[in-house]
Amino acid sequence: MIYQDSRTLLAVRDLRATVNGTEILKGIDLSVRSGEVHAIMGPNGSGKSTFAKVLAGHPAYAVSGGEVSFDGGNLFELEPETRSRRGMFLGFQYPIEIPGVANSQFLRLAYNTLQAERGKEELDPLEFDDFVREKMKLLEMNPDFLDRSVNEGFSGGEKKRNEILQMALLEPKLAILDETDSGLDIDALRIVANGVNHLATRDNAIILVTHYQRLLNYIKPDFVHVMDAGRIVKTGGSELALELEARGYDWVSAEFIASGTPKAEVGA
Amino acid sequence: MTGTEAGSYLDSLIRVQAQPPAAHSSPAWLKQLRARALERVGALTVPTTRDEDWRFTDLSPLTRLSWHPVQGAPQLASADLERLSLPEAAARLVFVDGRYAAQHSFNHSGLTVANLPAGMAEHGASVEAHLGRHARFEQDAFTAVNTAFLHDGALIVVARDAVLEAPVQVLCISTQKETASYPRCLVIAQPGSRLTIIEEFAALHQGACFTNAVTEMALADNARVNHVRVQRDSEAAFHIGNCAVSLAHASRYHAVGIAFGARLSRYNLNVLLAEEGAECAIDGLALIGGRQLADSHTLIDHAKPHGLSRQLHKCIVDGSAHSVFNGKIMVRPGAQRTDSSQSSRNLLLSGKARVDTKPQLEIFADDVKCAHGATVGQLDAEEVFYLRSRGLSDAAARMLLTYAFGAEVIGRIGVASLRRRLERAVQAQTSRAA
Ligand SMILES: Nc1ncnc2c1ncn2[C@@H]1O[C@H](COP(=O)(O)OP(=O)(O)O)[C@@H](O)[C@H]1O
Ligand SMILES: [Mg+2]
Repeated sequence: MIYQDSRTLLAVRDLRATVNGTEILKGIDLSVRSGEVHAIMGPNGSGKSTFAKVLAGHPAYAVSGGEVSFDGGNLFELEPETRSRRGMFLGFQYPIEIPGVANSQFLRLAYNTLQAERGKEELDPLEFDDFVREKMKLLEMNPDFLDRSVNEGFSGGEKKRNEILQMALLEPKLAILDETDSGLDIDALRIVANGVNHLATRDNAIILVTHYQRLLNYIKPDFVHVMDAGRIVKTGGSELALELEARGYDWVSAEFIASGTPKAEVGA
Repeated sequence: MTGTEAGSYLDSLIRVQAQPPAAHSSPAWLKQLRARALERVGALTVPTTRDEDWRFTDLSPLTRLSWHPVQGAPQLASADLERLSLPEAAARLVFVDGRYAAQHSFNHSGLTVANLPAGMAEHGASVEAHLGRHARFEQDAFTAVNTAFLHDGALIVVARDAVLEAPVQVLCISTQKETASYPRCLVIAQPGSRLTIIEEFAALHQGACFTNAVTEMALADNARVNHVRVQRDSEAAFHIGNCAVSLAHASRYHAVGIAFGARLSRYNLNVLLAEEGAECAIDGLALIGGRQLADSHTLIDHAKPHGLSRQLHKCIVDGSAHSVFNGKIMVRPGAQRTDSSQSSRNLLLSGKARVDTKPQLEIFADDVKCAHGATVGQLDAEEVFYLRSRGLSDAAARMLLTYAFGAEVIGRIGVASLRRRLERAVQAQTSRAA
């Protein structure tokens, strides 16, 4: 939702990033204010996940230009864990499996680290168990997932629910959900979308990365951005998603190239 | 180091260790066993790195040290004993610097769990049939020295069909620096019996000492033994352990060996699947750092058909430590339908850490299933990032992942209090490294 008294949570200006020396992000501009829901769409390989991981501080990506301020500070001065503790959350497109680490242990450690950071009380295993089971109800998750190793042997949909469970525990200011809808059947999609809607407030913001319009039937975005070849090539309202669904992405790129924006290095 | 010098080193070990006065009242067969072992000590030498089996494990620092005789009565402070005790234990035998400490030991198990000289009174014939028969000393200098000194030791006899769910604990504690001790343990599991035994080696000092332990286990038909061996010797210690296990028809042996301690440790585990349908699972974890060396040599010897063996050996190596694993699987002619798998997985936490791992399969039967694999690697960068993205510091993330790597083996220990104690020890060690 767009509110009058909102504040800027994320300001991205001409962000460029490389992986193994290849430039993937070629100048991204984006501003996200509290209360807003943004959708970033675009074809496979356009750099959506790279953008999300650069924001979260993945060490494989090198920032080669531009600025990002997060909640008023320079994002790039912060370690990945500090970004998380200050309220940034990345829901991974491919959540990693961690054999040998019990999900409950992991979730409690993450939660208590944050509580300590906020000067709040940490929970012992029993207290945490009650707390997390309540949150799991929201996502209709079986409590058995607490006893299993983190994401190990989880189906694609179960992994995504586990990501949203972490979001529910950590209550981030800015959640970037990378393809949280992929791998979900229609019921799971509805449950996860309800969970996300439940977590959205006027004080936080959500960036949904997706290449299907399907999720946006459940979570209505205030802005829809289209990424192509490492840039945001078009921004519109929620109606843009429907248009993309109907017409595909090619026309957007064509329009962008035709417009000859100053930053464009077409043909790269 | 020449053979003569090495020979004289073994002699020096013999000279410093006085036989306890009670040794002369041992039965004749035992005196003969010691004498034969002593003879072999005279003929054998300390292995050198020229021996294929000791290629990576240089014992010359050991041979440069000399040892004092153990002084005074075997005695532990109650706080030390408390720290090492297991609330679940049905029986406990405590050996302090190699000598039996009756006042710290107890037995509520209903089985024979006793110091060897006492236990022999009742079980003379079966002890004679097994002691020194499984852990062969003819070609092994350290087993020979241990056998030459054989006096105190743990004797556990599990009667036919006796099932003991609670563990029996054998604690071998070094309290005096610059001494050598020769722990000995014999387990006789009669047909259909079940036992869990925890052997633990620890030191109450940081000084140099030499532990030379020998354990023998004989499992009769359908017997089951769970054997946990924890080596937490002092940082300056030399620890040599030999364990020989013999499995009769359809018996099952599960071992979890944990090595945290010692400057240099070498553990030889030989499991003989002597009759049809025997099974064993051998799990190992070495967690070392600094300049430690942990060497584990195992032999799983499938002598008869329908045997099953499973082995998982893990090492976590930090600093400039060095771990060695040699896992030999022997399938003898006629041991058809053998099913064996072995996995060696190694985690290097520093650029200077070193791992030498070698599976050694010798298969002389054609209808067998033998799988093996080895990996050596570092912590997974994606896993570290995932944890950091949830607010864990880099150090906490690495510690958790290291801990998880080791927890797979520790989790296979069936005694909850020991599992928790070892998990805390892993956490302490990995957080020190982080
Ligand atoms: N770690 C990496 N190493 C090499 N190439 C990468 C890496 N990550 C992403 N890329 C490349 O960057 C481009 C953008 O990928 P990605 O951000 O995953 O796109 P999207 O999420 O939009 O599908 C692709 O061409 C991909 O191959
Ligand atoms: Mg992607």
